[in-house]
Amino acid sequence: MTNAELLSGNEACVKGALAAGCTFFAGYPITPSSEIAHMMAYELPRRGGIFIQMEDEIASLGAVIGASLAGAKSVTATSGPGFSLMQEHIGFASIAEVPCVVISVMRGGPSTGVPTHPSQGDVMQARWGTHGDRPAVVLAPSSVAECFGLTIEAFNLAERYRTPVIVLTDEMIAHMREKVFLPSSDEIKLVERLKPAEPPEWFVPYRDPGTGVPPMPAFGEGYRYHVTGLCHDERGYPTTRADEVEPFVRRLFRKISQDFDKLQWSETYYTEDSTLNVVAFGSVARAALRAVRDARSKGMKVGLLKLLILFPFVRRKVTQLMESSTTILVPEINMGQISREVKRVNQGKCRIETLNKVAHEPMTPHEILEKIEEIYG
Amino acid sequence: MAEGRQRIIHKYLRTTKLFPSIWCPGCGIGIFLGAFLRAIDKSGYTKDEIVLVSGIGCTGRIPTYVDFNTLHTTHGRALIFATGIKLVKPELKVIVVMGDGDAVAIGGNHFIHAARRNVEITCIVINNSIYGMTGGQLAPTTPLGLETTTSPHGNLEPSFDICRLAEAAGSVFVARSAVYHVGHMERLVGKALKKKGFSLLEIISQCPVHYGRRAGMGSAVEMMKWQMENAITEEKARKLSEEELRDKIRIGVLVDKETPTYQERLDTLQESLKEKAGAL
Ligand SMILES: Cc1ncc(C[n+]2csc(CCOP(=O)(O)OP(=O)(O)O)c2C)c(N)n1
Repeated sequence: MTNAELLSGNEACVKGALAAGCTFFAGYPITPSSEIAHMMAYELPRRGGIFIQMEDEIASLGAVIGASLAGAKSVTATSGPGFSLMQEHIGFASIAEVPCVVISVMRGGPSTGVPTHPSQGDVMQARWGTHGDRPAVVLAPSSVAECFGLTIEAFNLAERYRTPVIVLTDEMIAHMREKVFLPSSDEIKLVERLKPAEPPEWFVPYRDPGTGVPPMPAFGEGYRYHVTGLCHDERGYPTTRADEVEPFVRRLFRKISQDFDKLQWSETYYTEDSTLNVVAFGSVARAALRAVRDARSKGMKVGLLKLLILFPFVRRKVTQLMESSTTILVPEINMGQISREVKRVNQGKCRIETLNKVAHEPMTPHEILEKIEEIYG
Repeated sequence: MAEGRQRIIHKYLRTTKLFPSIWCPGCGIGIFLGAFLRAIDKSGYTKDEIVLVSGIGCTGRIPTYVDFNTLHTTHGRALIFATGIKLVKPELKVIVVMGDGDAVAIGGNHFIHAARRNVEITCIVINNSIYGMTGGQLAPTTPLGLETTTSPHGNLEPSFDICRLAEAAGSVFVARSAVYHVGHMERLVGKALKKKGFSLLEIISQCPVHYGRRAGMGSAVEMMKWQMENAITEEKARKLSEEELRDKIRIGVLVDKETPTYQERLDTLQESLKEKAGAL
């Protein structure tokens, strides 16, 4: 059974988190993400969950990681300036392998920027914002329904890979209202973190069981172990030995890279015969779809690849599309961030065009159509 | 006697790896750790019930060596991780250990808010008046005028009184001890562990390598002698004037009061929400 509801993107993120079994939220107010905190503050205590407003975003993600170590599925929500403050703890959650979800609603930047307008300026911050080398998992909804669905998937990926997962939306998606059909709970597939099967005496907390993802007990379940942001050996103890650090950091990458094929989350429209293809994500993907339809009605062979996951980058999907394209157009509300990824995987296969806008306003179908017409000649 | 005390400590040290201790000879942290573990032993908590959380620094390394649920977080942030853990699992005993820089420089904001919030956390700050791990830089606890690696011409900044800071921020239990007074320190750890709500215990300690040498306070022995000569119990201190108390270390329980904990407020809220839902 499905229920129709009229929701904003922010509200759909909350509904998605709750549907995923989230019981803990810690956050700090910031436009355009605050409605997520508002709704969590109302909903969680009514369900026996915990909402806490922390003193800043560093504290918010720290509390979220602590909650996850105690066994709760946990989440925080923020926007640009707060996302910057969270970066150190995104790295901590990566190295200590603590599942958690960060919803970041992009607004104009840098700094305080344009707080109330959409932007896509934080793509590379989501990928590279924390120091050190680590894999990143970043999802990008472009509709209210996808806010719901991808927030659930963010929890699933966090639990499956024991890693922080970022849901990167923007002001337009966050504040836009759409009618959505929410699936009932038995239609939603949830992933729970693996618990150790062996008794505590035999438990080696960071030993690779072959999947790259060690089972994770919660604090207080009898498996006493050490969690640290230092590179550690299989037992969790700090190490600087090259023969322990090298395999450890490589495992952090491998546990996700081995599933690259399963993570090619994207949608194609009109690509059966298209030679000019648009690659877009988030609110821009909506405008792009409209522009592609308009171009089609004018007889142009144009298609669209909409990215639902930004990182790991959907290399296979994009290179496949490049085989049949003469030109790829990447429109973004930034000076060119995901287009760098497209160029990276292109390797001379086709021409890459970009369309950029940094007035931090929604990209319009008309702007994209104009660019399509210009390229099409 | 000494043997028995050693045995207590060994019950709690991790033996799955032969650790090189990170602490320098003469450091006060090891003496604290001994007293801490003896107090834990007396407290009756099981190893599984205890979560020991730290930040970064020499003090931050304590959790590595002991057989509890242990978490070594980021610099200054131990209290916020501890807050998340305690709220999700109120049945666990959550203890935080931090250095002075960790607690009141980079972690100062979290420190005052944790005290204000009154989530039940036993917070122990080991104050060696300097940044130990990074090589003897100025801390917010370094005395005025002291020459450190980042104040080679003398410190221009007045220092924090960590206990008064905690008291002002709302901590329901505030106490101070010093590693020289090892029995006293052990008893105060015990008291702090028993307290409902946010409790703060400051331990005056010595860093002979980065502080003793530089401040001309000499070896670890001389620094501990200084602690012995200058520590004054709270009961005695109350009878003395400000002038007489200058340069003294006031030890003992400074604040011990009752206010509802965050958990108690949360429980009341959730009960009332349940009733409301039931009434519908
Ligand atoms: C964000 C960040 N800034 C700086 C450091 C470097 N750092 C490590 S320990 C430390 C200070 C330690 O001094 P204190 O907290 O007093 O503890 P002690 O080592 O004396 O026990 C600093 C500055 C760090 N690890 N992280």
